[in-house]
Amino acid sequence: MKTSKSIYLFVIPGLILYSIFFLYPTISAFFYSFTNWDGISAEFQFIGVDNYIRAATNDSIFAQSIGNNLKFMLFVVIFQTLFSLIFAIFLVKNTKFNVFLRALFFFPTVLSSVSVAFIWSFIYDPSMGLFNTLLGQIGLDGFRQNWLGNQNIAIYSLAFAQVWFHTGQMLIIFVAGLHAIPKDLYEVAKIEGATKFQIFKKVTWPLLAPSATIVVAYTTIQSFKAFDLVFATTRGGPNHSTEIIATYIYEVAFRNYNFGYASAISVIFMVVIALITYLQFKVLRSNKVSY
Amino acid sequence: MFTRRFSILIFALLIIVPLIMVVLTSMKTMRETFENPLGLPSEGLNIDNYINIFQTQTMAGYFVNSVIVTIFSVSLTLLLSCMVAFALTRLSNWISVVLFVLFTLGMMVPAQVNMVPLYNLVLQLGLTNSLLGLILVNISVTMPVAVFILTGFMKTLPKELFEASTIDGAGEWKIFTKVVIPLSLPSISATAIFLFVMHWNDLLYPLLFITDNAYKTLPLALLEFQGQYSTNYPMLFTGVMIASAPMIIAYVLLQRYFVSGMTAGAVKG
Repeated sequence: MKTSKSIYLFVIPGLILYSIFFLYPTISAFFYSFTNWDGISAEFQFIGVDNYIRAATNDSIFAQSIGNNLKFMLFVVIFQTLFSLIFAIFLVKNTKFNVFLRALFFFPTVLSSVSVAFIWSFIYDPSMGLFNTLLGQIGLDGFRQNWLGNQNIAIYSLAFAQVWFHTGQMLIIFVAGLHAIPKDLYEVAKIEGATKFQIFKKVTWPLLAPSATIVVAYTTIQSFKAFDLVFATTRGGPNHSTEIIATYIYEVAFRNYNFGYASAISVIFMVVIALITYLQFKVLRSNKVSY
Repeated sequence: MFTRRFSILIFALLIIVPLIMVVLTSMKTMRETFENPLGLPSEGLNIDNYINIFQTQTMAGYFVNSVIVTIFSVSLTLLLSCMVAFALTRLSNWISVVLFVLFTLGMMVPAQVNMVPLYNLVLQLGLTNSLLGLILVNISVTMPVAVFILTGFMKTLPKELFEASTIDGAGEWKIFTKVVIPLSLPSISATAIFLFVMHWNDLLYPLLFITDNAYKTLPLALLEFQGQYSTNYPMLFTGVMIASAPMIIAYVLLQRYFVSGMTAGAVKG
């Protein structure tokens, strides 16, 4: 059956807007990355790949922000995936109580990053924060910390806030994945005398692989996009110890007015994300099974 | 079973305690908070901070800006994405493949990659310090996810529906409004909730484009309270309460739809 040509009219308004405000800026990021534009003056020079060379060889803060981003990502991916999986298994049955708990755990997801940033700034506050107050009350004064002020742990403190923020969302994805596993597989396994661990290893885990792929991939992308949370909590400080790539791009562009260099970092950022996403899909897809 | 119950309890406390803390602290004075950070407000239901914040800040203005930006961003993203998704469903040639790839590419590129050139563009178009600028950028940034979810859903609608409508002499617009939209409502509402949460909470674009108080949205206003109030958490949390109120009310009323909408966004985005 033929579709009339007028169908193309449906695409046009969306495509125009998308091209102007998304495709054009994305492409021009490549263009500006070869210039020394400061973002203000009308003139700029093409400086070839100088920005890329500088990023790769002569910018310790950029290297540090990649490192921080990787630390942040690893912490979040490991703990968020682990927690959401464990609690999905615990709360898999659709009882009233479990449904309530799932809704509760999900709740932080609907808050704004700025709100979450304030909540955790308060919890981490060295003098009146929840953590230090509790540690003091149970006599573990030695563990009291300046959670966001200590350069060695600040990035992990932020990563923990991110885990608090989004574990509930990932939990729901795992619950949906668990519900999709045919019940009779468990019955057969039980009849054959499989232990709980064997059942998890041979039935639940392999059949949960598609959900796990989604959770890990989404969590990874989310941790690179954590600009709002990091910016509203620490602005990348102290001393760049919580600088991630996105906050560094902001700093280079809007504090140091080096738009050309910021564009080059953006392009590198894009390539890194594409690479990580691709690798993850390859690794996680390879353990897909069907019964 | 004990470890299971115990870990659920710990996790539940970890979620609930900070939330209760926000509510309680917003009803305390700074002094009270400092002396007894975990205690109950000494004067019970004390709304002085709320009165104070509405008197000293243009809170109502920020609120209205957030409402305007969110309503227009969500509804226009939905309208445009539904139209694109409909066309992609009806077409089955190379053009539709190219368009689909083009739109979904946008899901791979994190918004932060574009912030520098996007800022230039918005500046050149004279759309800084304007709600219109925010709305246009919001639509373009969230269209890819919306198109992806909606196209996925519309493709599952039976082809015979379109054929029957065409034979009955209905034009494409009629098929779109009378057949496809009503049948896609579950997917549209899930997408709407996802967009609602994204746009209501967005910080990056207001931060980039808005400097004039008259156009600030709630997340940006909140961020700047930090500069004014420093560690005055009672005032900051009063701001958090006001900024989150619509979201909390919507979540309590439409909880099931939130969970499915936000997960669809996660799965597809």
